[in-house]
Amino acid sequence: MISFITKLGDSFLYMVRDLGRMGLFLFSALLAIFSRPFRFRETVRQIRIIGANSFAVIFFISIFTGMVLGLQGYYTLRKFGSEGMLGSAVALSLIRELGPVLTALMVTGRAGSAMCAEIGIMRNSEQIDALECMVISPFRYLITPKFLATIISLPILTQFFNVIGIAGGYLAGVVLLGVNPGAFYNGIVQSVVNQDINLGIVKSFVFALLVVWICTGRGYFVHILRNAGFGAEGVSRATTQAVVLSSIAVLIWDYLITAIML
Amino acid sequence: MSPAIIEFHNVVKSFGKQRVLDDVSVSFESGKTTVIAGGSGQGKSVTLKLILGLLSPDAGEILVNGRDIIRMKQRELNKIREKFGVLFQGSALLDSMTVFENVALPLKERTKYKGQEITQRVRQMLAQFNLEDHEDKFPAQLSGGMKKRVGLARALMLQPDIMLFDEPTTGLDPQITMDIYRLFFKSQKQFGYTSIIVSHDIPKVFNLADQVVLLNKGKMVTFSSPEDIPLSSDPQIVSFATETMGHIYSSRKMEHNI
Repeated sequence: MISFITKLGDSFLYMVRDLGRMGLFLFSALLAIFSRPFRFRETVRQIRIIGANSFAVIFFISIFTGMVLGLQGYYTLRKFGSEGMLGSAVALSLIRELGPVLTALMVTGRAGSAMCAEIGIMRNSEQIDALECMVISPFRYLITPKFLATIISLPILTQFFNVIGIAGGYLAGVVLLGVNPGAFYNGIVQSVVNQDINLGIVKSFVFALLVVWICTGRGYFVHILRNAGFGAEGVSRATTQAVVLSSIAVLIWDYLITAIML
Repeated sequence: MSPAIIEFHNVVKSFGKQRVLDDVSVSFESGKTTVIAGGSGQGKSVTLKLILGLLSPDAGEILVNGRDIIRMKQRELNKIREKFGVLFQGSALLDSMTVFENVALPLKERTKYKGQEITQRVRQMLAQFNLEDHEDKFPAQLSGGMKKRVGLARALMLQPDIMLFDEPTTGLDPQITMDIYRLFFKSQKQFGYTSIIVSHDIPKVFNLADQVVLLNKGKMVTFSSPEDIPLSSDPQIVSFATETMGHIYSSRKMEHNI
């Protein structure tokens, strides 16, 4: 019993320390954004890696998500004789929920895992120590360009997701199932208001911060993560943790933001 | 005796239940080469990380140029770190950068030099280390010895006052090991830095040493020269010397004494 309580206390203390470390990490990374010199070229390179290179995967995910929404929505709405509302259903689902959430999850899987592994390997091979010894801030040099690139890329990718998703819904609903194109378009125009778009944008910014914070943070602290082991195995476990934690955080914050802004 | 440039006062460092440094007090003299020797896992690399402020001790003081680096603000610590050059055990080259970019990094980030001036200085340094034909290669394309040379070139780029070497010859064949030692002599003569070398390449590395610090079970013992080690009254140190240097000490000075 005492051993159980000791372990519980130990785990709790570890969690508090980990949260503190991650909090300070976020603070240092955000502070470094405003310190000079600004690494413009590296930030653009990271936008290409995190943002531009994700376009293909986002395209496929969004078009099929839109098509499934069109298909499912059509059969559900037809039961009530409301096929004309399909455009509204597809657009609202995408703009308010699915666009920001699925884009964030895709970026976590594609770019977040890569960021975590890259930084973790740099930590394990003493490259981050070398930067510190050369008096080059790892935050300014390494972390900040990734923070900026994700915060810029993810909202843009989300809007791209929404547009392609709506096109997918149009393809399934109008082209394949014969819904009236005017009714589809009119449904979107009538139902989507600024508040919906703002909600999607706020979500995408918050998700971007969560994803880049958790993924870079797990990689940065790979050497002190509990049960992470050392070397390649440590990096692999940290990467898994980063993806799982980011995904959970995105879904929790999705609920919280919706509850606050509705 | 030269003034102390780095001093440990009653330093304690533990990892979990393992006490790596146990109330250690030692000083490293300015302008000299100190070799820290000891078995694996005895805390040699930890000592270097403590000097650099990458780790903090559990107790005690670490002074660099008379200033305690433990209680310093990050900005002040960075000022102290500017005096150091470090050659890491695995060279710690940034693996997404070429040899040229790695060596140019301190100049780009820490000085006001621009384009052509940086190129000129980096090429000059690469030529000194016979790396001029490898400037476009990435670290993964280099041999172990070449990586060490690039690491040394990068560390010396801003002409540090103190050079720290973490296992500079581990994993290298005897010929490359000798090349690295020759480069050490050449660069120290040229740049005049104080050096601290962590190594278990005994007794070869003692040829470089003015002062030796032996690390055993958390304690440090200082010898003013390698030749003094076998003459110690501590049976553990004599045993260490016998095991690592052989029964007959091989330095010239010792042979003359015999």
